[in-house]
Amino acid sequence: MSVLDRSRIPPAGPPPRVTLPHIERRSLASGLTLLVVEKRELPVVDVALVTRSGAHADPPALAGRAHLAADLLDEGTETRSALQIAEEADLLGATLHARATWDDTEVGLHVLTPRLGPALELLIDVALHPAYADEEVERKRKERLAAILQEQDEPRVVASNEFARVVYGAAHPFGAPIGGTAGSVRALDRTELVRFRAARQRPRNAYMVVVGDVDADEVVRAIEPMLADWQDADVPADEVPAQGPPAPTTIHVVDRPGAPQSELRVGHSGPSRGAPDYFPLLVLNTIFGGAFTSRLNSRLREEKGFTYGAGSSFAFRRHGGPFVASSAVFTGASAEAVGIVLHEMQRIREERVSEDELERAKSYLSLGLPRRLETTADVLRIVSEQELHGLGDRYYDEYVERVRAVSAADVLDAAQRRFDPAHAAVVVAGDHGAIAKPLEALGVGAVVRKPWPTDTDSNRTAS
Amino acid sequence: MIRIPIERYRLDNGLDVVLSREDAAPVVALNIWYGVGSRNEREGRTGFAHLFEHMMFQGSKHVPEMGHFALIEKAGGSLNGSTWLDRTNYYETLPAHYLELGLWLESDRLGWLLPAMTQEKLDNQRDVVKNERRWRVDNQPYGDWDERIQALMYPPDHPYHHSVIGSMEDLDAASLEDVEQFFRTYYAPNNAVLTICGDFEPAQARELVAKHFGDLPRGPDIPPIPGRTTLEPTLGGEVRETVYQDVSLPRVYTSYRIPPFGTDEYYTALVTSYILGYGKAALLYRTLVREQQLAQDIVAYAFPIVVGASMLVIWATARPGRSAAEIERGITEQFERLRDVEDADVERAVSLLAAERLNELQRLDERADQLSMYTQLFDDPERINTEVDRIRAVTPQLVRDFAARYLGTDNRAVLTYVPREVGA
Repeated sequence: MSVLDRSRIPPAGPPPRVTLPHIERRSLASGLTLLVVEKRELPVVDVALVTRSGAHADPPALAGRAHLAADLLDEGTETRSALQIAEEADLLGATLHARATWDDTEVGLHVLTPRLGPALELLIDVALHPAYADEEVERKRKERLAAILQEQDEPRVVASNEFARVVYGAAHPFGAPIGGTAGSVRALDRTELVRFRAARQRPRNAYMVVVGDVDADEVVRAIEPMLADWQDADVPADEVPAQGPPAPTTIHVVDRPGAPQSELRVGHSGPSRGAPDYFPLLVLNTIFGGAFTSRLNSRLREEKGFTYGAGSSFAFRRHGGPFVASSAVFTGASAEAVGIVLHEMQRIREERVSEDELERAKSYLSLGLPRRLETTADVLRIVSEQELHGLGDRYYDEYVERVRAVSAADVLDAAQRRFDPAHAAVVVAGDHGAIAKPLEALGVGAVVRKPWPTDTDSNRTAS
Repeated sequence: MIRIPIERYRLDNGLDVVLSREDAAPVVALNIWYGVGSRNEREGRTGFAHLFEHMMFQGSKHVPEMGHFALIEKAGGSLNGSTWLDRTNYYETLPAHYLELGLWLESDRLGWLLPAMTQEKLDNQRDVVKNERRWRVDNQPYGDWDERIQALMYPPDHPYHHSVIGSMEDLDAASLEDVEQFFRTYYAPNNAVLTICGDFEPAQARELVAKHFGDLPRGPDIPPIPGRTTLEPTLGGEVRETVYQDVSLPRVYTSYRIPPFGTDEYYTALVTSYILGYGKAALLYRTLVREQQLAQDIVAYAFPIVVGASMLVIWATARPGRSAAEIERGITEQFERLRDVEDADVERAVSLLAAERLNELQRLDERADQLSMYTQLFDDPERINTEVDRIRAVTPQLVRDFAARYLGTDNRAVLTYVPREVGA
C-alpha cells in the first residue's frame, strides 16, 4: 500500500440525494386534519394528536393549567382507570405520552405496526374522554407542588425561572414557569382544568400526524369510527398580551451563599417562529451560540475553561419567545463570563461574521438536515412543526436553499434587529457575596440581589 | 422482528471492525469503543480516563486545535464521546459522503495524538472537566449519589470503588506524562472496536478503513484491570450512609449486588427492575407513588457493567411530610410481593423491554454504539440480535428465585439524603 498523505483532509464523495417526507393530507368527517407519512424501514408507527392550545393560554394567576391538564389525560378516562391505561399501553409495547408546550398540547404514541389499532383507540380515549376525577386531580396537583419544591434545589431551574420572570414580567404568561408556581397550582382545580380542555379540544383546533409503516387509507379507516362523537365548535382566541418596552440591562443575582458555580442566563424577548428573518436568525444563532464551535462555547469553554459548555437559542414559539444565552461557570469567573456574553452580543451587531464562520454554520445546518429525518419520531416532529406554524407541506424542500442564501450582511442585519445587549436581562444564580462586586465593576447595569426561592407556606418533611 | 446485518473482521494490527449497512437515509454513524474506562485508573488518578477523553478532541498531528469539531460541523455532522466504568467511546454521525472524513479524524487521533499535546491544552481541559464536575455533581441536588453508592458497594481495592468523574485533587494532579503513558498503554488498535453503520458500500468502507487504520502499529498487550476484579456473589451484610444536604425532600437509594452484565441472571435482574420501577403500572410506582403517595418518583436501574458484579439501584424521593425511613420500609415491603410475581408481570416488563430495544435500533448512532459494546465486552456483535431472546427467556420462577437470592437486606447498601435544616 502506498503511504497515505495524512496532512490532506479527505475530500467528500458525491453528495447523496436527500428524500424529504411526502405528506398525505386528509380531512376527516369531524373536521380534523390528518397528515400521514409512509416510512417503512421498521414495523413501527409514531402518532401525535395535537391541539393548538398550550400554556400561552394560561393567565399568570392560573400558570401551570395547560401543563396539569395534559398531565392528567392519561390518569383515567370515562371508561378506563389510570392503572388500566398504563397496563394496556405496556402490554401493547406502546409508549403513550401527553404533554403541553407553550404552543400546543400533544397526546402521542409509539407502537409496533401490528398493534396500531388498539393503541390508537387508547390514544383517542385518553385525548377525548379524560375523566379528571377529583382524587386524580388532587394527587397530581400535590405531585406538581412537590416538584416545584424540588425545582428550588436546582440552580439551573431557578436561573431559568427568574430569567423568564424578569423578561416577561408578572402580567405575561411567559413570565411564569410552564408548570406553574406554588401559588398558581394551588388555585387550579377540576373545574378549571375541565373548562380549559373542553373549550379547546375541538377537531378544527387540532391535527393528527401519523408517521411509519402504514398508509393514509389504512389510518383513515381505523380512525374515523373512533372520532364519530367528536363535535366541532369555536375555540377561545387566547391572545397573548403585548409586552411593555424593555428595561435597561440589569443584573439579577439569585443568592445562594457558597454555590460552587453560577448559572448564567442572558437575553431578552425574541421573535415568533413565523418571523420573516427566521433563516438569518438560525444562522446567526448557530454562529453565536448554537454549535460547539460557536463564539460563546469557543470563548467560555475552549479558550477560558470557565465552563463545561455555553450556548444560546431563540425559543421561536407561535407568539414570540425568549432569546437566551446560557452557561454554568465557576463562581470566580461569573463577572468575566457575563462581560464576554454581552460583549459578543455587541460585537456581532457591529462586525460582519467571517466567511469561514458563515460557511461553517450554513453547512452545519443544511448538510445536517438528513440527520434530523432518521426515525419515525424525527419525521413526526418536522411535520408537526410545519403544521403548527403554518409553514406549508413543502417547507423543508426549500430549507437547504434558504439556509444557503443567507449572507454575512443578512446575519449582521438580523443581529442589529434582534440582539439588544443594552436592554438585556442578566440572571446569575450563585453566591452574591462572592460575585456582586465584580459584577458591579463591569459597569453594564445595576446589580440587584434576589433571595433564593423557597416554598411560601412550606409543608416540608419530617424525618 | 428485525435482524441487523453484521460483517466483522480484524485488521493485522488488532483493530476489530464491524460494518452494518442500512440505507434508509444518506447518513453514516461511526463509533469507536476503547477498552478503557475509570476501572483502569490507578490510585491518585481518579477521573483520568474521562479527562483523557477530553484531550482526544483537542487536535492531533494533522488536525488543528478545534479542527476536529469544526470539520465535523462543516460537514453537517454531530459528534461526541463519553467515558464510563468499562469503556470510552467516540462517535460521529455524518452525511454519507463524508465517511472518509470521519475515518481520517478517528485514525489521526489514535495514531498521532501525542505530537499535538501541550500543557496549555491539558490545563484548559482540566478546568473544563472540573466545571463539569461542579455542574453534574457539586451544584446538583443528590449529585454525588453514584460516587457514594459505588464507594459503599465495592471494596476500596475494586476498580468500581471510585466514580468516573473523579476527585478535584486527582484531576489537579494529572500531568502531561500521565497523558502520554495512558495513551501508549490503552489507545491502541488492539484495544479498539470500530463500527460503521448506515449508508455505505461495504467494499469501499473496507478499503477506507484499511487506508486510514491499516498502517497504525499494534500496541503492547493491554495490562489487566488493576485491583481486585472478582467479588463474592452477594455483599454478606448491609451498609448504610446518611448524608445531610441542601435538598428540600429526602431521598433513598437502595442498591443490591447482582451478577455482571451479560450473564443470564443479569437479564433476570433487568426484567425485575422493569417489574419494580418502569412505567406507571410498575409495582413500586403503583404502590408507593400512586396508592400510598409516599414517594414523588421511583427509579429502578440495573447497571450494565461487567467487572466482578453489577448493581441494581432503586431510588425514590419522599413526598413532602414523608420520611426516608417510610420510603425504605415501603420498598422493602413491596419486595415481598416479588414472591408472588405472575406471568402477567413478567410479560409486561418483557414487552416494554422488547419495544424499547427495537426503538433504540431506529437510530444509527445507537445501533453503532451497541455493536461496539457487544463486540468490546463480549466479543460478539451478534448479541445485538439475540438480546431480546435473553430477555424473553426470563420466567416468573427465575424472578422469584432472583429476588430470594439477591434482594435481601443482607445484600444491600442504603444511602439516605436528609434535608440539612432538619437533620443537622
